[in-house]
Amino acid sequence: MSMIEFKNVQKYYGDFHALHDINLKIDAGETVVLIGPSGSGKSTLIRTVNGLEEIEDGQLIVDGQDLHDPKTDINKIRRDVGMVFQHFNLYNNKTALENIMLAPRLVLGREEAENKRIAMELLEKVGLADKANNMPSALSGGQKQRIAIARSLAMKPKALLFDEPTSALDPEMIGDVLDVMRDIAKDSSMTLLVVTHEMGFAKAVADRVIFMADGRILEDNSTASFFENPREPRAKKFLSQVEHH
Amino acid sequence: MSLFEQNFSVFLQGFGHTLLASIFALVGSLILGTIFAIMQVTNSRTARSIGNIYVQVFRNIPLLIITLFFYLAVAKVIKMTGFTAGTIALTLYTSAFIAESVRAGILSIEAGQMEGARANGLTFGQAMRVIILPQAFKVAIPSLGNQFINLVKNSSILAFVGGLDLMYQGNIVAANSFDTFTTYIIIGLFYLVITLPLSYYIQHLEHKLKKNA
Repeated sequence: MSMIEFKNVQKYYGDFHALHDINLKIDAGETVVLIGPSGSGKSTLIRTVNGLEEIEDGQLIVDGQDLHDPKTDINKIRRDVGMVFQHFNLYNNKTALENIMLAPRLVLGREEAENKRIAMELLEKVGLADKANNMPSALSGGQKQRIAIARSLAMKPKALLFDEPTSALDPEMIGDVLDVMRDIAKDSSMTLLVVTHEMGFAKAVADRVIFMADGRILEDNSTASFFENPREPRAKKFLSQVEHH
Repeated sequence: MSLFEQNFSVFLQGFGHTLLASIFALVGSLILGTIFAIMQVTNSRTARSIGNIYVQVFRNIPLLIITLFFYLAVAKVIKMTGFTAGTIALTLYTSAFIAESVRAGILSIEAGQMEGARANGLTFGQAMRVIILPQAFKVAIPSLGNQFINLVKNSSILAFVGGLDLMYQGNIVAANSFDTFTTYIIIGLFYLVITLPLSYYIQHLEHKLKKNA
């Protein structure tokens, strides 16, 4: 069953055609990595999936509901589709623990003791149980991102979107975050869509790789054949550029 | 000093009315100002227009004219005293300035805070209440403090419509005693009894929040 499906989706910023006739189907439980040069539309595409960006034309069906239909309740979709941002976007006025507990309490009405138990479990899972009462300003970038991942997981989402989760991190922090993401990919039935420049991560966990450029999907291939033998010349060029660094 | 003693109960009555009008207007304008600030940052064009028109109208007309409008025109339809008319006018007038302070506070909070909250499943209202406004008020406190102090002083507008406030009583005492100078010195000191503690409290709040940040 498909979790996310784009059908002839168009997205414009004024005159700029940001997403060009996107057709894409992601099945429930799949891990898909989205790569491409900067300005290719990867972030725009992933942000349409939870309605942070609106589409102008086409159909975007997430968990059975069309986002382009005005009757669709976007808040309902966001309960089931979490997002992890490049700049973390933790609540600056809340502790790490409160960041994780807030949405389950307000949105799902999860009972307080249960909410705290789940939040502490998640903190444990991302290796930050000792930071439960820290404010975001007292956390490093890598720690913030792991809290942000825990915050998304606390909603028990069906799908999780990662928008360049390691791009704003110092190199020594990246490993910890990728480890957490690898665990999620491994031991869950969650659908994952990941925009990243981490090719090692993509090779290790992705079922499929999507290559984008200029607002179009140029290649949609299995991970192994994409990295061994990309069909598109631009994908080939992109890979040679990123892999020689 | 005898002027003060002779008219003590009159001054006290004026002080009470000024304090009461200030408290009503402070609470009322903070609530209204916050609502209109939020309207101005929503995605709805209608809400933004209404918020903007409200602020422009009440910010750009002299407080005296707004007061007279309520006292002379509105009071014909809905019966109200000068105190009520003046307090309503003061509330609306101040709320326009407070809306601007709160709006500036909201705009100073990075967009990622709202995006993070919405992506997490919170509604716009929940995100505003729990995430954005608490941070925005912190930023807006110095400016809100100015508005509150202005509000207390502007409450002297009640004197124009028989509002029984400090300034009103002062005018009467001055007219009866012919000692204008002493009377208004006393009145001025009474205003300080409200505004100085208010100033100190706001400074204290500012320092406390800075430490927590």
